[in-house]
This record gives sequence, structure tokens and C-alpha cells, in this order.
Amino acid sequence: MSRTPHKNKREEIFRILENDARVIPEDIATMTGVPLTEVRKTIQTAEEDGTIVKYKTMVDWDRIGIEQVWSLIEVRVRPEREVGFDRIAERICRFPEARSVYLLSGTYDIAVIAVCKTMQEVSEFASQKLATLDNVEGTVTHFMLKRYKQDGEVLDGTSKSKRLPLTL
Amino acid sequence: MSAISTIKTHHKRDVISQRMKLVDASGIRKFFDLISSMEDVISLGVGEPDFATPWHIREAAIYSLERGYTMYTSNRGMPELCQQLARYLQATYDLEYNAQSELLITSGVSEGIDLAMRAILDPGDEVIISDPCYVSYRSCIVLAGGIPVPIPTNPDNKFILKASDVEAGITPRTKAIMIGYPANPTGAVMPRKELERIGKLAEQHDLVIISDEIYNRLVYDAEHTCIATLPRMKNRTIFLGGFSKAYAMTGWRIGYAAASDQIIEAMNRIHQYTMLCAPIMGQMAAIEALKSGEQDVDCMVEEYDHRRRVIVKGFNEMGLNCFEPKGAFYAFPSIKSTGLSSEEFAERLLMEEQVAVVPGSAFGKCGEGHVRCCYATCLDDIQEALTRMSRFAAKYRES
Repeated sequence: MSRTPHKNKREEIFRILENDARVIPEDIATMTGVPLTEVRKTIQTAEEDGTIVKYKTMVDWDRIGIEQVWSLIEVRVRPEREVGFDRIAERICRFPEARSVYLLSGTYDIAVIAVCKTMQEVSEFASQKLATLDNVEGTVTHFMLKRYKQDGEVLDGTSKSKRLPLTL
Repeated sequence: MSAISTIKTHHKRDVISQRMKLVDASGIRKFFDLISSMEDVISLGVGEPDFATPWHIREAAIYSLERGYTMYTSNRGMPELCQQLARYLQATYDLEYNAQSELLITSGVSEGIDLAMRAILDPGDEVIISDPCYVSYRSCIVLAGGIPVPIPTNPDNKFILKASDVEAGITPRTKAIMIGYPANPTGAVMPRKELERIGKLAEQHDLVIISDEIYNRLVYDAEHTCIATLPRMKNRTIFLGGFSKAYAMTGWRIGYAAASDQIIEAMNRIHQYTMLCAPIMGQMAAIEALKSGEQDVDCMVEEYDHRRRVIVKGFNEMGLNCFEPKGAFYAFPSIKSTGLSSEEFAERLLMEEQVAVVPGSAFGKCGEGHVRCCYATCLDDIQEALTRMSRFAAKYRES
């Protein structure tokens, strides 16, 4: 019977995968000292119950000359009785332009990170698709000028080691 | 005529002191020069973390510069740092040191070792060290006029310093026992029981314990025992620690010594005439590290542990027997199966496979037959180095 690894070891397994989804279970078992069968079981369970949402690759499209326009769109929303902001948020999530959608506290309600090919597409998305939804009271669109760091990764972070090659 | 002959005599005089002839040149100079002329080298030969100092610590130091903290500090170190350190030692080890009289901020543990030796040794005094051990111990003892007495350790006893062996090395001239665990180069951790036995010997023979605990925070599935916490040991121990390894702060050069006020006063007297004080910028960074660096240490330890397991498994699978290091960030595999000496192994591995390791012989006679491999290197590089080393080991085992 396969045991469930200690909570900290489970966290360790997920941290390894969050940092690099390509690490194979055999290597994770070596790195954590958790038996291979338990690593496999933990990953399989997490995939099934949605703890592991998806395995993805982070691409810097700028490096291959693919232009993308990123924007942060503030959305002010009138909440609905019983469902609050959830129904409108779910509607916004369905647009493929909406890369991320968050409910916030503060001066506006929903933040949408939108990624489009052109500025024209962004403005059409904001003005014609978002602003026209029922319950949306207004939008403010901020175009992102440069991405320095995303999901914990510095985008031009190809820094070489500055250490001396040999020290005692 | 007599004036001319005097000048001739002066020309024959050796510029370098006799004492310096007793100090060996670095055992890695040759390799350093070789690596510098090569490309695509993966180095497992470094002795420092591959992380940069956590940003909040760097930022604190930058802010201190902006505010004009660019001057000397008190010889003993900034009062705020000493107080933070006293609190840290109390919280971590339940050790009570007086921040004004029993702590000294040094320029790294390296300076602390030198100060400790010079403060306690008279010419001809013997100091027991483990073999292999960190390279500074021997040199600092010799420079202070002492005589290092190496006690052999080996993989069969997990490279720990056995009290029975230490006892055999004690003579009427023995003044101190130098302990450096978790150990560079072996990664060994001293079990509490053995430290207790060594402590008893120190009491019986009235010896000073000098304990280099720079790797105290880097232990894996093991517990580090600070010898000063053992009964009656605090007063006879010079406890040396620092920020370099746990907080990835090697270049800042900040360490500390904790000992009786008598010893700290003596160490400080040397320190004030030589170093004067540890760099203020580093001291400001160290304050921040003590205040809020705990999480950084935990993250780095987890990362090192992953790499440690990968490298040790890799060595054992390729037939380079490697005992499990429980501390620091070094693995110390045996390379005897290749039939090469540790220096030959390191040199050929570098030339043929572009992987740099440090020959075990650089750390003492008992290091022969081993190489030191630092796993404070990214996993991809460790895995590539293991692939190359496996190919290399197989080639020499067959030939």
C-alpha cells in the first residue's frame, strides 16, 4: 500500500514541479528521498484533484520577434444579488484575450490581464467586449510598456555566474 | 671596503621570512590557471553558494551607503549587530553571550581562526585538527607559531573526529582542539555523543576548543550540535560563526567570534591593530540577515538538499563510493577505483571532460583518494557533470 508523503515532502514535490515541470518522478524521488511509488501517486492524485492545474512552458515571445500587446484593464462592476462578482468574472474569463482575471479590493473590482496582437485589438476588447457587459460600470486600460519579471522569472535574467571557478 | 661587503651581505639575505616557508602554497593554484584558459568547464570546485545574497539584505546595505554609513565601526563591531547576534545565539542555541564583552565581529570566520590561534598559542604549542580539514587551520596554526597535529579520519567513521583518536594525539604541549563541523571538504557532521567525549577530554587536559561552525545552518536530515552548548564547554570554547554560507554572503566578509571576555579581549587586541574593524557595509547587511533572513536560509537548504541527494546517488552509481554527507555543500567521493591519485584524477578530469573538482589531498594526507565536489551549483550542471564524470570513471576503471 502506498503511503502519503509527509505534508512538507508533498509541498517539496510541488515546489520542484512548479519550478520545472520537466523534472521526472525518478529525479524527484532522488531529490526528496521520497520513494518513487509515493512520488508517482502524489502527482497522479494532484493531477486528478486539480492541485496540479496544468503543465506549461513560459516563452519569451519578444526573443523570436512575435509582437504581443499586454494590458492591465481595471473593471468596475456592480455586484449581483446572491452571486456577487462571480457571474461577471466567469463571463470575462471566457474571453481568450483575458490571460488572468482577479477580484480585488480597492478602487476597482476586477483586474484583467489581457494579451492581444495589436493595440487596436486591446482597445476593441476593452471597449466593445468588456465595457458592454451587463453590470460593468466602467473600464480603465493600462498598456504594459515592458515586462521585467513574470511569474517569478526575470525575463532578461540570463546572467552568467560571477563566482571564481575554484575556491577552497 | 667594509661598506661594500655589508651591501653584498644584504643582497644575499632572504626577503621572505623563515616562518613563511612553513606555509604551503594553495593546492589549487595549478587548476585555477588551467580552468582560466578553458571553455565549457563545469566547476564543482567552488566553496561558496551559487545564490546571490538575498535582495532584501543587499538592499539594506545599499540603503546604509545612501545614508552615509561609510566609516569605521567600533573594533568589536556595531553595537546593534552584536546585540542582534547575542539574541540570535540565545534563540538558536540557548547560549548567553554578553554583547559588549563576549562577542567580536570579524572579517569572516577566516579572520576569526587567525585571531583565535594568535590569541592563545605560544611557540611550540600543539593544536589538534582533523585530517582532512579546511586548509586555513594548518596555516593559521603555523603562522601563530603553533604545531598542527592532524588526526586521521576516514569514510569508515564518516570522517568524524573520534575522541579515542584525539586522546592519542594529546601531549603535554597540546593547547587546543580545532573542530570544523559540518566539515569542508567532507560534508561530515559531528554526532553529539562524540562531541561530548571530546569535551570531556578538553576538560581533563585543560584544552581550548576552537569550533568553526560556518556551515552550522546547512545540515540535512541531521542535527548540528554546537559544542559550546554542552555542559561546562562554553567557557573553554571559541565559537566561530559567520554569514557567508547560510545567507550567501561570502564576499561581504562578516563573521563572529563568541568566547569568554578574556579570550575576546585578546582577540580584539590583535583585530584592532590589523583589521581595525569588519567592513561597515557588511555589518549593516548582517543586521538585516539576522532580522529577517530565516526564510532565505530555509529555501536555500531545501535546494541544496535536492542537489546533495542527486550528486551522492550519481557518484555511487558510477562506482565512486561516496558516504552520505549530512552537512555543508560538499560531497567527497572516493576515486580509488580509477587507480588515479586525487591530483591526477582532478587534472585529467578537467582536461578530458572539462569538469573541475578539488583533489582531496589539498585538505590533508587523509584526503588522498578522494575529490571534493561542491553541489552549490544548479541541477542541470550537476547532472551534466555526473554524465561526464561517469564516462571518465568508466574509462579509467577499464584501463
